[in-house]
Amino acid sequence: MQAPANRRESVRRGSGLGGFLGRRAIAGAFLVVGITLVAFVLTHVVPGDPAAAALGQRAIEDPATVAAFRARYGLDDPLWKQYFTYLFGLLHGDFGISQQTRRPVLTDLVEYLPPTIELALVAIVISLVVGVALGTVAALKRDRWPDQLIRVVSLTGVSVPTFWLALTASLIFSVKLGWFSSTGQLDPGYPKPPTVTGLLLVDSLLDNDPFTFQMGLHHILLPALVLAAYTVGLITRFTRASVLEVLGNDYIRSAHAKGLPRRTVILRHVLRPAMVPIITVSGLAFGSLLSGTVLVESIFSWPGLGQYAYKSSLALDLPAVMGVSVIVAVIYVVINLVIDVLYGVIDPRIRLS
Amino acid sequence: MTIPDEPRLELEAERSSGRRLFSRKDAGIDRSPWSRPLAVVGAVLVIGWVLVALLAPLIAPHDPNAQDFARLQPPGGANLLGTDGLGRDLLSRIVYGTRITLPLAVLLVVLATAVGTVAGSIAGYFGGWVDTVVMRLCDLVFAFPGIILAMAAAAALGPGLRNAVLALTIVMWPSYARVVRSMLLGLREAEFVSATRLLGASARRTLAVDLRPNVAGPVLVLAALEVGNAVLLLSGLSFLGLGAQPPDAEWGAMVSEGARNFDAWWIGVFPGLAILTVVLAFNFLGDTLRDALDPRTARALKGSS
Repeated sequence: MQAPANRRESVRRGSGLGGFLGRRAIAGAFLVVGITLVAFVLTHVVPGDPAAAALGQRAIEDPATVAAFRARYGLDDPLWKQYFTYLFGLLHGDFGISQQTRRPVLTDLVEYLPPTIELALVAIVISLVVGVALGTVAALKRDRWPDQLIRVVSLTGVSVPTFWLALTASLIFSVKLGWFSSTGQLDPGYPKPPTVTGLLLVDSLLDNDPFTFQMGLHHILLPALVLAAYTVGLITRFTRASVLEVLGNDYIRSAHAKGLPRRTVILRHVLRPAMVPIITVSGLAFGSLLSGTVLVESIFSWPGLGQYAYKSSLALDLPAVMGVSVIVAVIYVVINLVIDVLYGVIDPRIRLS
Repeated sequence: MTIPDEPRLELEAERSSGRRLFSRKDAGIDRSPWSRPLAVVGAVLVIGWVLVALLAPLIAPHDPNAQDFARLQPPGGANLLGTDGLGRDLLSRIVYGTRITLPLAVLLVVLATAVGTVAGSIAGYFGGWVDTVVMRLCDLVFAFPGIILAMAAAAALGPGLRNAVLALTIVMWPSYARVVRSMLLGLREAEFVSATRLLGASARRTLAVDLRPNVAGPVLVLAALEVGNAVLLLSGLSFLGLGAQPPDAEWGAMVSEGARNFDAWWIGVFPGLAILTVVLAFNFLGDTLRDALDPRTARALKGSS
């Protein structure tokens, strides 16, 4: 009994939480460095001669050109030096030049990241609403037919190939039925609202333009739903487990016994504590949504990071592919860190180590 | 997009609730998995697809790569599922696709299991800095969302099925390493290990002879369940153009062709259904089997994979 009390005491004083976050932040920083190392190894060590790739056949035959190229880009330096040059570049936002767009990769990333973030945000909201609802129902009707049905639905969600779902949904709902617009963020040629946050739905609201907002919503809904299939499955299974755990507690029986309406018990006594792990999951699910866009955006002509990555990978545009990987991995690490923070804040009983 | 995330998520949730999420009772452990309809459906589907792969030449009506027919024929005519943009019979291509997808998915899982088991055993048995290094490596891989890391690796290695398998091995080995490590952490203090060490057995012998049988079973089960996931990742890479190259009849690549031919819906829809049913079959089986496993194993698989 002594230990938990002490732990809570230390959390209240802040040292435990602060130390915990500090450790996590340092671990996160190391992870980011590791990520750049992986990206470096993949871009610089594995493929053949970068000079050959960049210069083309004719220039290759001229030794002077090749030597000049190698000297200019530091290719004759030892690898560790090349890595630090690369890292130094990354710190200054230099991700290299995309062979495909012929622009700095950073410029491309800045342009393509916001639409993807927006898509992933809408998808995570859908996943949370649907997943928590389904998971709660499954837990309350455990082992009866709604539970079985929801189990099949959530397993299907995690089994369906996203790229195929994107294709099929777009064939059915936009080509055949015409319910959704399936290309781009807005109708072709329609002007975007002035950029404030980069998120089109937010920007159109800030611009006080409900029409554009509506059009944007109409465009984002289908890709977001497709993207959400996997995370709905994930969050459903999680919610079910989490709610079952809470339902077993004595205070739930007490709440029922003192005659509280079922609704109140479920919303206030069950779902609230059950939400802690669910929030954790959804943060991580957000990362998987970001990478899921790679397989979805090209089909919906969504002008985001996923489509950029798709096209870059098709063109074997390594700087661009690495830029996307580094950015997504860094976002992943940051989200994990934020979750760790939320974790401690929401429930201080959790062991802070 | 990656399933390797999921067990980690469960771990997080467990930590937060302070107790295991899935109790024995919850898992319905008292019932045999074979009396549960999901497992039966899954098993039947898996067996069915394996048979299709084995008997492909007998089942497929035509040569999968012969461009013998009119282009873009809708399903129902002379070609049951229609033809693709080069006039190839879609049904035959899907049937032969099993011969690419299933063996490669199994190979991928075998490679990932092998690498993961070796790394995990070394980490778990020796502990200390070896353990730290291996586990940090795992963290590093987990920091990359699966398909993105695989995409980067496949792009760097060059497109092709062989490289796709290698790239995905990089993505998949850490989940096995974690499971094996956590099992060994428990086992290395066991009395039979101390006994064999005191009798003078080397670390290598202890690992290979005394510890291997304890680890092999659960790892095999985990591996079998991951085949569906492997199919999903492999077809995803092929869809991205980094896996199978033309004219290979690979399902993901076929869906990708369908995405370029929006007017001919059948080109993409049918191969995707094939992927879906294979993955679903393994996940149906897995979901039930996992629950029916020895609870200790189930805990190891759930808690630390």
